[in-house]
Amino acid sequence: MPELLSAQDLSCYFRLAGPWGRGPVLKAVDGVSFALTPGETLGLVGESGCGKSTLGRLALALTPPTRGRIVFAGEDLARVSRHRLKELRRQVQIIFQDPYSSLNPRMTVSQILEEPFVIHNLGRRLERRAWVTELLAEVGLTADVAGRYPHEFSGGQRQRLGIARALALKPRLIVADEPVSALDVSIQAQILNLLAELQQRHGLTYLFISHDLGVISQISNRVAVMYVGRLLEMAERSVLAAARLHPYTEALLAAVPRPTPERTFNPPALKGEPPSPVNVPAGCPFHPRCPEAQLPLCRESVPPLRKIAPDHRVACHFR
Amino acid sequence: MANNLAVKPDASPLLSVCDLTVNFAAARGRVTAVAGVSFDLAPGETLGLVGESGCGKTVTALSILRLLQSPPAEVTGVIRFQREDLTRCPETRMRQIRGNRIAMVFQEPMTALNPVLTIGEQVAEALRLHRGMSHPEAWIEAAAALTRVGFPDAPHRLSQYPHQLSGGLRQRALMAMALACDPELLIADEPTTALDVTIQAQILALLARLKAELGLAVLFITHNLGIVAQTADRVAVMYAGLMVEQAPTPEIFRHPGHPYTVGLLNSVPRLDFRRPAGEILSAIKGHLPAEPPPGCLFRDRCPLAHDRCREEPPWVEVSPGHLVRCWNYA
Repeated sequence: MPELLSAQDLSCYFRLAGPWGRGPVLKAVDGVSFALTPGETLGLVGESGCGKSTLGRLALALTPPTRGRIVFAGEDLARVSRHRLKELRRQVQIIFQDPYSSLNPRMTVSQILEEPFVIHNLGRRLERRAWVTELLAEVGLTADVAGRYPHEFSGGQRQRLGIARALALKPRLIVADEPVSALDVSIQAQILNLLAELQQRHGLTYLFISHDLGVISQISNRVAVMYVGRLLEMAERSVLAAARLHPYTEALLAAVPRPTPERTFNPPALKGEPPSPVNVPAGCPFHPRCPEAQLPLCRESVPPLRKIAPDHRVACHFR
Repeated sequence: MANNLAVKPDASPLLSVCDLTVNFAAARGRVTAVAGVSFDLAPGETLGLVGESGCGKTVTALSILRLLQSPPAEVTGVIRFQREDLTRCPETRMRQIRGNRIAMVFQEPMTALNPVLTIGEQVAEALRLHRGMSHPEAWIEAAAALTRVGFPDAPHRLSQYPHQLSGGLRQRALMAMALACDPELLIADEPTTALDVTIQAQILALLARLKAELGLAVLFITHNLGIVAQTADRVAVMYAGLMVEQAPTPEIFRHPGHPYTVGLLNSVPRLDFRRPAGEILSAIKGHLPAEPPPGCLFRDRCPLAHDRCREEPPWVEVSPGHLVRCWNYA
């Protein structure tokens, strides 16, 4: 199947401001390659500051890459004309984490949901109104909320509005950046169900970004594990259940406290904390915390993301 | 309600909260944040207080320490800490208890620490106030307290400011502050919610070690059912200011009684890659009502609701120590 979105050796660096002008370089995303096939959900998981949101922004061409290519439906997003980019953006939309700050408090629901049509110059006024009603029904809201303002809604309802806005232009790809992290568990379950239903109905492709492994395992067909700007592992969900994984992935999975008291919770203590993306360790970025690291190999050479099985790629010298 | 909730009937409770009600005087009338909550906590026991945002967990914790400003808060009920009623004792007495015998760890390790004081000054402050130590004595003891909570290179980091520390280290500093005076009760309000999973695992392991070493009783407030399953001896579930269920931890996960607890447990996505992707979760329908209905507060969202639920449900003991506030068991 042709790829919908692919990243090839994608990097994004930011030059920080120092006390005397130019500061150090922050490597938010560093040499990442992946591909999304239509209709699938790729779960992107990692701890805070690992670059997962930057990767999401790169996929939307909201941030230009420093190096490498991001290709959507055969077109390199960094090389297309501005006019073409605007057209392509109809096919790629985003759902944000915070349903409070991602909706303009001075706009009504119908203004918020009409805006994508206005920007892309689609439909006449009456048509747009009808589309807004359809969108509201799509996300489980009634048409009578169209005149209300965002503050009149609960967090879960606001996230439904954010999803409706992302669906407005009938996109093919949705980047969902921590879409349920700000919600309570019972509301989170409703939103996850909605996202799964919408995917079925419209054949959507998701790049689903989350720090929560439970949520990732709920929705993803494939999972990519990110650590200080690099992908350490990419695997089909069946592989994650069965195969030996990257030591970092194993540690992440073990660190999640599960709602089963019978299971004794005794995660292998991962020492220390993730390194700063300004000062990435040489060699494998995980080696200072890795229980299996063997010096000097892990300190001296960066393990590439290698294919070790048809549906499994790992960046580790010992897998 | 009868206060018969202690798990160990032989041990007299360390903390006994009876019929705690907290109202806030708001512009549009009174808002009830906590409505008649009762529970006991035995010495050395960990009680997990679970519920979604706005259910009154934090307000319950703050009223135990009398940290709610009154007005607007109106607190009624009895809070006994080792037989002393904390709602009635004078503020001078409260100051001897707060931070000394009952300590608290807050959720946001950045906002809970004072940004203009060093870590050492903040940990030493409790020791000077409650233990009467001199500045140099308290400084040395602060280093020891930080070392106990696994703070690397503590003596040299006493003079660092909160912004120089990572989230995990800030949370350790807060734990050191809370535990410096060797309290009997620790109230932990979502202590790991702001942290990454691997750091959260470190803090939970630390808490488990300290509990075992110090014989600490813990009131652990969280929305994360996984954390509760792994840390608490007993669980109390709150919904819309009301306590709806209390049970020993294994019991509540094996036989959840209240339909809300059942719904909450079913809403948590299980970390299991053997299931198919995008499986539908059996979620609780609707959302928290703005105006609480009369009778059972969960009625509008409950799959088992019937006519009787228009009246306030009674507490029913479904098995020893397992109490459910629901008509389906009456």
